[in-house]
Amino acid sequence: MNVDAAVRLEQLDEILTTNAPQGPTLLIETLHEAQALFEGWLPAPVVERIAAAHRIPVADVYGTIEFYEMLHAGPVGQKVVRVCTDGPCAVAGADALLKQVSSDLGLRPGETAPDGSYTLERVRCLGLCDRAPAMLVGLERRAPARIEAPLLGQPAPEALKIGGLVKVALANVGVVDPTSLEDYQAQGGMAALRKARTQMTPEQIIAEVKASQLLGRGGASFPTGLKWGYAARNPRPRFFICNADESEPGAFKDRVLMDGDPFRVLEGLLIASYAVGAEHAFVYVRGEHALGYERFCTAVRQLEESGYLCGESANGPVACRIEVRRGAGAYVCGEETALMESIEGKRGFPRLRPPYPTDAGLWGHPTVINNVETLAKVPSIIMHGAQWYRSLGTPESAGTKLFAVSGSVVRSGVYEVPFGVPLSHLIFDLAGGLRPGRSVQAVLTGGAAGTFLGPDQLETPLSFEDFRRAGGTIGAGTIMVFDDMVDLRDILARVSGFFAHESCGKCYPCQMGTQRQWEILQRVARGESRPEDAENLADLAAVMADASICGLGQAASLAITDARKRWPLIFGTAGERRS
Amino acid sequence: MSSRDDSPSISFTMNGRTVVAAPGSTILSTARAAGVEIPTLCYHPNLTANGLCRLCVVEVVGMRALQPACVAIAAPEMVVNTETDRVIRARRVILELLASTVDLSEAPEALEYIERYCADPSRFAGGLRRTIPAIDDNPFFVRDYSKCIMCWRCIQVCAGDVQNTFALTWGGRGFESRVTTAYDQAMTESPCVFCGNCVGVCPTGALVGKVEYDMRQRDED
Amino acid sequence: MLNIKADDVVRSTCPYCGVGCQVMLNVADERIFRVDAPFDVAPNYGRLCVKGRFGLDYVSHSSRLTTPLIRREQQVPGRRTAAGPADWRAASWDEALDLVAERLLDLKRRYGADCIAANACAKATNEDNYLLQKYVRAVLGTNNVDHCARLCHAGSVAGLQLALGTSAMSNSIAEMAGLECFIVTGSNTTETHPVIASFLKQAVERNGATLIVADPRQIELTQFATLWLRQNPGTDAALFTAMAHVIVSEGLHSRDFIADRTEGFGPYSEWLRQQTPEWAESTTGVPAGKIQQAARLYASAGAAAIYWGMGISQSTHGTDNTLAITNLALLCGHIGRPGTGLNPLRGQNNVQGCSDMGCLPNVFTAYQPVSTSEVQRRFETAWGTSLSSAPGLTVTEMVDGVLTGQVRGWFVMGENTLMSEPHLAHARRAVEGLEFFAAQDIFFNETNVYADVLLPAASFAEKDGTFTNSDRRVQRVRRATPPPGIARPDWEIVADLARRTIARAALDRTDLLDQWSYRSAEAVWEEIRSLTPDFAGITYDRLNSEGGVHWPCTSLQDPGTPYLFSESFPRGRGKLWTVSFETGSEQPDADYPFVLSTGRVLYHWHGGTMTRVSALDAAWPECTVELHPDDALAMRLATGDWAEVASRRGAISARVLVTGRSPRGVVFVPFHFAEAAANVLTDNRVDRRALIPDYKVCAVRIAPTAPPKGRPGALAPLAGRGAIKDPIPSSLYRSD
Repeated sequence: MNVDAAVRLEQLDEILTTNAPQGPTLLIETLHEAQALFEGWLPAPVVERIAAAHRIPVADVYGTIEFYEMLHAGPVGQKVVRVCTDGPCAVAGADALLKQVSSDLGLRPGETAPDGSYTLERVRCLGLCDRAPAMLVGLERRAPARIEAPLLGQPAPEALKIGGLVKVALANVGVVDPTSLEDYQAQGGMAALRKARTQMTPEQIIAEVKASQLLGRGGASFPTGLKWGYAARNPRPRFFICNADESEPGAFKDRVLMDGDPFRVLEGLLIASYAVGAEHAFVYVRGEHALGYERFCTAVRQLEESGYLCGESANGPVACRIEVRRGAGAYVCGEETALMESIEGKRGFPRLRPPYPTDAGLWGHPTVINNVETLAKVPSIIMHGAQWYRSLGTPESAGTKLFAVSGSVVRSGVYEVPFGVPLSHLIFDLAGGLRPGRSVQAVLTGGAAGTFLGPDQLETPLSFEDFRRAGGTIGAGTIMVFDDMVDLRDILARVSGFFAHESCGKCYPCQMGTQRQWEILQRVARGESRPEDAENLADLAAVMADASICGLGQAASLAITDARKRWPLIFGTAGERRS
Repeated sequence: MSSRDDSPSISFTMNGRTVVAAPGSTILSTARAAGVEIPTLCYHPNLTANGLCRLCVVEVVGMRALQPACVAIAAPEMVVNTETDRVIRARRVILELLASTVDLSEAPEALEYIERYCADPSRFAGGLRRTIPAIDDNPFFVRDYSKCIMCWRCIQVCAGDVQNTFALTWGGRGFESRVTTAYDQAMTESPCVFCGNCVGVCPTGALVGKVEYDMRQRDED
Repeated sequence: MLNIKADDVVRSTCPYCGVGCQVMLNVADERIFRVDAPFDVAPNYGRLCVKGRFGLDYVSHSSRLTTPLIRREQQVPGRRTAAGPADWRAASWDEALDLVAERLLDLKRRYGADCIAANACAKATNEDNYLLQKYVRAVLGTNNVDHCARLCHAGSVAGLQLALGTSAMSNSIAEMAGLECFIVTGSNTTETHPVIASFLKQAVERNGATLIVADPRQIELTQFATLWLRQNPGTDAALFTAMAHVIVSEGLHSRDFIADRTEGFGPYSEWLRQQTPEWAESTTGVPAGKIQQAARLYASAGAAAIYWGMGISQSTHGTDNTLAITNLALLCGHIGRPGTGLNPLRGQNNVQGCSDMGCLPNVFTAYQPVSTSEVQRRFETAWGTSLSSAPGLTVTEMVDGVLTGQVRGWFVMGENTLMSEPHLAHARRAVEGLEFFAAQDIFFNETNVYADVLLPAASFAEKDGTFTNSDRRVQRVRRATPPPGIARPDWEIVADLARRTIARAALDRTDLLDQWSYRSAEAVWEEIRSLTPDFAGITYDRLNSEGGVHWPCTSLQDPGTPYLFSESFPRGRGKLWTVSFETGSEQPDADYPFVLSTGRVLYHWHGGTMTRVSALDAAWPECTVELHPDDALAMRLATGDWAEVASRRGAISARVLVTGRSPRGVVFVPFHFAEAAANVLTDNRVDRRALIPDYKVCAVRIAPTAPPKGRPGALAPLAGRGAIKDPIPSSLYRSD
């Protein structure tokens, strides 16, 4: 064994000494760190060592590597170039970008350079839709990538594209130094946590959050206070998880928060953990967000050093340990139960429900999972009260919402508005409207698992109740605008391709249903639709919605089904082109 | 497995009639005891039920999504219907998807269900299929993964459900999921001890003893 | 299950090991092409191992014996040779059996009945074995009948007899998955009883059971162990006795149980004082702290069980080893309840049954002594003839007896002495010295090629009958395919031989012929149960409907007895015994510096008669010698190199397999390979009470050697030959 290999094995052993004693849970962290030591991939002898230290069978470690896109069981180039080709990036010219990169590197997507310098990958949404077209070189962002010379030059500077009428969650973004607790405190940060701990009991906090009518911001819109209440009445130990795995096409609001104001999110997490009685919390960041991961790690360290992780409270001494964990390239790990599997060190297969996470979550214990934006709302609610929060928005949709606007708009970005503001305000006033001469063809609301609104529905107020009536979806707040130059069939093919790619493969309806749906839509996008397509798509949609284990499968056909209703001609016979 | 406690049995409604179950029983076990047929593929009485083939889904009044009978626990006052239109449609389409993906020629249960639910095996033809050459890398059994329906039984029986040998795992993800060994190594290089418990639980003949496989090949010639 | 091509699917019991897995034999064109296991049936609930699942192909191998064979050339005692194919001539059953009857009677007339010795078969059915011992006793008139348990669990049997008054596994396989605490010692269970091991692993993984493994080798079970005690080979009695010391000195023993159910505590505990963990550490090499920990874990459990195998029994002090274990259970009251017990894991598929059938020199069925007059009278009445009350010879004595002239003739049913006996050179001299040798088997083997008459027997798949597995469960064996050629079930052959022997003995006792006119295997079983209270309640009807019954089962209403000793022991109270720590084993020295341990590998069975002609052989086609990496380095040997392993008694060539599994200074050779027979090396010293040889410790030296000429595959690299590999990936070597 040469010296270099011996040194690397020593370093690996150091990693294992830190990570392995807890058993399987830190496996994915180990794999990330080990991969960095061994030229970007995980050869069998390395995996054997990892498996032995973590006391996991080798086959299981291999199976975990195989699940996650960012982990490699075979050699890759020193730098992996990832080019996104989902909706908003496609609208911004991602196909041309990919072609250019491919030509510059002399590689087709999926290939590695013979000299081991680069691997080129076509990837799904990187959460950089406000700076489409997006690519990562290694983990460095090149967004927006310059199509003429994508690999050259410095990574794009952090151009902040936010705005909105009322900044609650976004209040500090662009204002404070996201790496400085001091700066955050100077803006009034951590006062809410102090107030919560010293002046309120956990029950009171839960009551306040219930009263605020805050709904989960991850897409499912479950009443936050209710969820906390469910967990709080179950036996200890209890866990809390901040879900920062945002990976759906068109979604990037959480990225802006974690890059721009991680302390707010963590303050909300600590308040929530106190309320629920959780002494161990996790922040699960998608693996592609190197910056967000770094920011959270720095913030947690500073919070710990400043003593915020433990303290006195109205309820006696409290402590909360926060672990920041990386995903490794799997959208399905944004699903609550798949996320927990990932934290436990396994493939992200969603679990059956019941039991629900608040009854039996991490390692079988009560666990609350909340979205980044949800937690970012909590400090303000504590400081200003439920009444204040309800005073914003509409009677049925309280407070403010971050909307990520992308696609055919001039200024893609994250905009915070109170519920009730019309969609047109978002698109035209905040996001700068469309390019000259273009008009809105369709707006995909809610995300890839969302529904469309037409050009005649742009005045629809942004609220749960109004969108429901109009057939739109609030969801996580994704708004993808497609102008009249966009071929919607191509968008639908990409949307269905996303779900097929991200399906975990466990349950049959989704594993095979998303694949077949994608195949049909690819043909449709080529203009080769067949008479049976509509019925086949309808059946696939029904079975996935009715019988999939998790939300990915259940929602994978929502946009397609909506499109079929609105634009049946898209699925017309072969040869017929969109006029 | 149902927990044997002294709680009284549960009664609930299945297809319009009252059925009785011990506390902790699943809808499936109650149905089978009551003579109601519910199709299953991935379920095996000796292994952890994963509810992943979704063939056993039934309608439970009050729940939006269809529920997998093999894992759903019977509750008092539950109203279950095992053959509604939604259920039949789901089963039919799942069978059609399967038939379009793998070779079901040695899967008598699946073939029977295809007939029973009038599934059209050619419906989704033309798409990607699992066509993998059979792997004959050890003296005892052949892995013919063109027939694999990803029911997970073999992985589980090799893991904590029975053997605790852990020679098998999942490769890939989604439609491209497959059953394999670490690094796709030959069976003889893996921890496999050739107990054949995986062969014993495979419902489609994807795992088959060499003697039987050779006989089949000869018959086909 | 897929039986699209099966002409027939027959439920039977696996013929390999003592678990007694229930199998479904799928037959087409009179050949077993698939083996399944029913999922809802005890003891295995659908589980099998490689041998049961894929290793039954030996049944239809072309080398099966199909016709009686008679040696062309008359053999001379002292110069008997091994026959080649041309040295046999096919004969009819009439000719062959008449010849055997004649020659045996001749020996009897000239030297007395005790000059004949018979080997029963732990792989044959209860019915086969019962008739063999009946023949030997009632027709030949000697008690010289024994079987391979002598070479296997005789140490355990002797110890258990002394401690409890009986010797079967006390608890059942069904209790394993729910264990709270258990010790496994001297048993590489995942390779010798794989299905039992799967339940034991589940007890740990799913039930949170505490497992203590005591073994010099890093067997797979150590991966699941709470505590692994790595004692030096041959120091087991000291280890367990030191544990007992801790238990008593810390007051962890069960005073009530000791007072109510045991005797001898006084002298025993007095003697125990000196056997401290510190003292044990110096002998065993196990740190005192670990001994204390093990003792506390075992004693403080609500219910704890002990399982053991050859590592305990096959020793010059196998009896003492066993007593050291029985003492633990008696001290703590961990016996007579579910999840507890003293559980020797029986090796052969029907070694329990063979013992139960009285194929032992000193007992009839169910261990009823030949020397007890009431018992003797009962059997004399039943069999219609007078019987000897003098205990006969054990198999080890049968070998020695030929060399002393005491034994002149052998009748060997399904046994391979020249692979199974220790010190093969010695055993071979005995075989060569026989005056008459008749053998009955399904294949040629290394021993029966020396015979004068070779009778072809039906395999387990070709006859009806019963086996009794390790946890005393009597189960059915059913005919699934016809025997090859004119081979017949063993019991039929023996009955036929008996009738001819009686006729030739000219006793004018035609009534005795009626003793041998069984119309079926079931008829034989009916006779067995009429003479054996412990089996009286077991009938074929019950076996067919219930699948199996644990003896004792004394009436038709008795459901059987999964676990024993809930009220009392057969000898009344259990006895606590002091043990000796002296060893009679051959110790390593300057000339022979390594300890040789022998045993099994997963894929093979004992002498290899079945497995070398099965697909199993392809998985482990060669004899290997396990060598520790440090020892290998010192001798410049690597995996795949050829080494000569030599003892004072002989030498073999085998391939080196470098692995940390065995400790430094210890090598391990499996005994399945005729071309490199491990028992060429072992010594025939025996335990003085059990008369069992020490297969686990003798002294050898290792040296590199040239690949043997004419050995198939000798030049191929070892890695990649079937499944041969270091059983432990390098990352898992434990420093223990």
